[in-house]
Amino acid sequence: MAFEALGDRLSGIIKKIRGQATLTEKNMDDMLQEVRRALLEADVNYSVVSGFISEVKEEAIGQKVLNKVSPGDMVVKIVHDKMETLLGAGDNDICFRLDGKPTVIMMVGLQGTGKTTSAAKLGNLFERKNHKRILLGALDIYRPAAIDQLINLGLKCDPAIDTYFDRSGTLPPQIAKAAYEKAVKEKYDILILDTAGRLEIDEKLMQELKDIQSTVHVDETLLTVDAMVGQNATNVALTFSQTIKITGLIMTKLDGDSRGGAALSIKKMTGLPIKYAGVGEKMEDLENFHPDRMASRILGMGDIVSLVEEVQAKLDEKQAEKTSRRMMNGQFDLTDMLSIMKQMNKLGPLGKIMRMLPGVPKLSEEQMEQAQALLKKTEVIINSMTREERRSPNIIKSSRKLRIAHGSGSTPSEVTKLIESFENMKKQMTMMKNNPMLMSRFGRK
Amino acid sequence: MGLISFLKRKFGKHSAEEEQKIIDAETDRREQIQQKKAEKIQQQIDKPVQVIGDFGQVVKNPCPDDLKKAEEEAIKNRPKQIEIKSHEEIKKEVVVETEETKKAVTKYVAGLDKSRLGFTDKLNRLAHSHRKVNKEYLDALEAILFEADVSYDIIVDVLKEISQIATDKDVPPDEVNDILIDKLFISYANDGDSFSTDLNFAKNGPTVVFICGVNGSGKTTTIAKLAYKYKNRGKKILLVAADTFRSGAVEQLEIWAKRVGVDIISKPQSDPASLCYDALKKGLEDKYDLIFIDTAGRLQNKKALMDELSKMVRVIHKVIPDAPHEALLVLDANTGQNGIDQALVFLTSAPLTGIVVTKMDGTSKGGIILSIRHRLGLPVRFIGLGEKMDDLEEFDLDKYLYGLLIGKENDK
Ligand SMILES: Nc1nc2c(ncn2[C@@H]2O[C@H](COP(=O)(O)OP(=O)(O)OP(=O)(O)O)[C@@H](O)[C@H]2O)c(=O)[nH]1
Ligand SMILES: [Mg+2]
Repeated sequence: MAFEALGDRLSGIIKKIRGQATLTEKNMDDMLQEVRRALLEADVNYSVVSGFISEVKEEAIGQKVLNKVSPGDMVVKIVHDKMETLLGAGDNDICFRLDGKPTVIMMVGLQGTGKTTSAAKLGNLFERKNHKRILLGALDIYRPAAIDQLINLGLKCDPAIDTYFDRSGTLPPQIAKAAYEKAVKEKYDILILDTAGRLEIDEKLMQELKDIQSTVHVDETLLTVDAMVGQNATNVALTFSQTIKITGLIMTKLDGDSRGGAALSIKKMTGLPIKYAGVGEKMEDLENFHPDRMASRILGMGDIVSLVEEVQAKLDEKQAEKTSRRMMNGQFDLTDMLSIMKQMNKLGPLGKIMRMLPGVPKLSEEQMEQAQALLKKTEVIINSMTREERRSPNIIKSSRKLRIAHGSGSTPSEVTKLIESFENMKKQMTMMKNNPMLMSRFGRK
Repeated sequence: MGLISFLKRKFGKHSAEEEQKIIDAETDRREQIQQKKAEKIQQQIDKPVQVIGDFGQVVKNPCPDDLKKAEEEAIKNRPKQIEIKSHEEIKKEVVVETEETKKAVTKYVAGLDKSRLGFTDKLNRLAHSHRKVNKEYLDALEAILFEADVSYDIIVDVLKEISQIATDKDVPPDEVNDILIDKLFISYANDGDSFSTDLNFAKNGPTVVFICGVNGSGKTTTIAKLAYKYKNRGKKILLVAADTFRSGAVEQLEIWAKRVGVDIISKPQSDPASLCYDALKKGLEDKYDLIFIDTAGRLQNKKALMDELSKMVRVIHKVIPDAPHEALLVLDANTGQNGIDQALVFLTSAPLTGIVVTKMDGTSKGGIILSIRHRLGLPVRFIGLGEKMDDLEEFDLDKYLYGLLIGKENDK
């Protein structure tokens, strides 16, 4: 449910402006209206949306519509890039203290946003990745069994993480102090304090947070924000950050299907960096925050990209048909290889959506980028060949190789490699030719 | 009469004479609602049975195996007719309630204090700063509605109507606001179904109340609050700690059970459906009046977890055929546009009978209450106004609207 609609709605509009030379206020209006709707439906704060849209407009107006890129594609790209930059700018790392004292991290936020779980997940992450010794501090003395929850989560980590707690009625600032003293004495590297959920307008409880911050030196105060939250998230975050010192955010429950537009609004309004993303209920389900993925998610972008590509694919369809026919006849050449690679590369953006779905094995960023880079390179090399060479690559010997390498800004060995992989592919094609089942998948749609 | 003036008359301070008029108006209104309800029920009786959970295209019956049985049940339980009260009887009720209401409304006013600041104050300020309804005015209205998390479609529809009215008839801003509020709420208000929010008790044997929702929405706390409320009404209550997954969840419910003074059944790390089975058996044997089942929080896009939920419902259904008598979805008032998706998907896994909106004591405007009604037809039954066990109110639309739209202003 989360990733529908914008793409569909944009498709009609994109068709309308295809073929126009520049982006104008007029031809972009409908499209921006849809982008605006997508943002609002993603729970981006109303005033943030308005500002954002007018910035995009300013940037886009007058841009030439390039030959190969549809105007819709261009606007979407501008929107996406802008959002990605906005979401990403800032310091996303946690700085560990170097003076031998424990680094203190405190979790704060509204009720039910995921502080306790995130505290334990952070501990687990630093223990695994940074090999730190962690102490959890249970400062939520109000919610029934919040202390037990934290203790149990700590025990679930491997090796188990210790929790400092005090059930005798001591107040949170004093518990924090005692936990800190324990951390110093017993040489823990990091102390993570879990606090009770509270309304940002609860003066008494907000004062408590201030008291904790003045009792122990808190290095990082992280505000947890539930990805399902609506428009009010911005006010909540603003009030929190104006009342106490906040250093960053954790977005939780991103494994759900909400679009999480609050990320954009809060970032824009408070400037606080989003440091981590909670993506599940298990201890390992905490990731560094990826602004590009978040931007796609807020926009329902996966959809848009695949849509734009679909239009393009229509144009390619003839080519694809030709290719598959030739393949069946065993007449496969370099041009066909390029066309196939391009088709496959369209999985790229789709892969992006896939990565956000639970239970799908994750392609690393690196792998994705490599695939893109390889395609670019292949295309340039093939474009530097003569028609003759493309048809029968076996005639490419040393002098031709040099010329092609020179013309495409690559090395002769890269050209060799390409021809090798072509031969490989051709071999596979011949095998496939004898397997009608497989072949049919390459046929027309 | 516009909604605002109606509410002011209903809850504000009045002379004795005025008071009488108000009581008459309210009596008339109730009589009308009664009439509508009777017609509706007659229609239902004339119409072939619809199986529980069958809600339009979107929702499939949670347990197809039991379809036949459910259908028979539905026929059996179908309302035969509505009890028609006389004008005098209704009036008597109104008088009594008017007294009680005046007390209860203060809780709403206090609880919704922060929500109101964002909503009505903005509307009022807007009306004061404009003499004419123009595009700028409508844009500002739109902003206010969006900021209240009202769903996109509703906003588009309502604004279209409003701008039509404003241009056709040249209505001044403050009247436009009244029209807006009427448009937003009146269909809600006139629907007799949202009238009683008390739990729907089983005809005999224990009443089973099933509670579900996404992580952290307030399920466990809501159960504690409900248990407290009905314990005070003399019910024998059993809590079922069927969140066997989340760390500390069982302990949390145990502490609440102790505080409230009710029984609890738990079996950490067991299969929640089998625990439900045990709990209902126990409930039947030991003659409990009310059984509250706490479930683990789950995001609605997790198929396996949603299947687990419908499995629990099936098991419950097997032990006590007309259970769960209530299946309540607990929604956090802070939820944005995803709330509708939540409700839709949960509806496919459990035979929801209503919604509890929690955390209404915060600053969110709870536009979700509106959207849910418009899109799903599910009634809001209770609202959470804090973390203590008495911070739960039966949802009363008029009080809610008074708290949200007018509040203390009227007393000044
Ligand atoms: N301010 C306020 N807080 C509430 C309300 N209802 C619940 N809470 C708080 O919200 C937090 C989460 O409540 P729980 O009852 O544990 O939520 P849950 O849905 O059972 O959570 P999980 O079982 O973890 O999914 C707790 O800190 C509650 O005290 C309410 O009406 N107002
Ligand atoms: Mg719970």
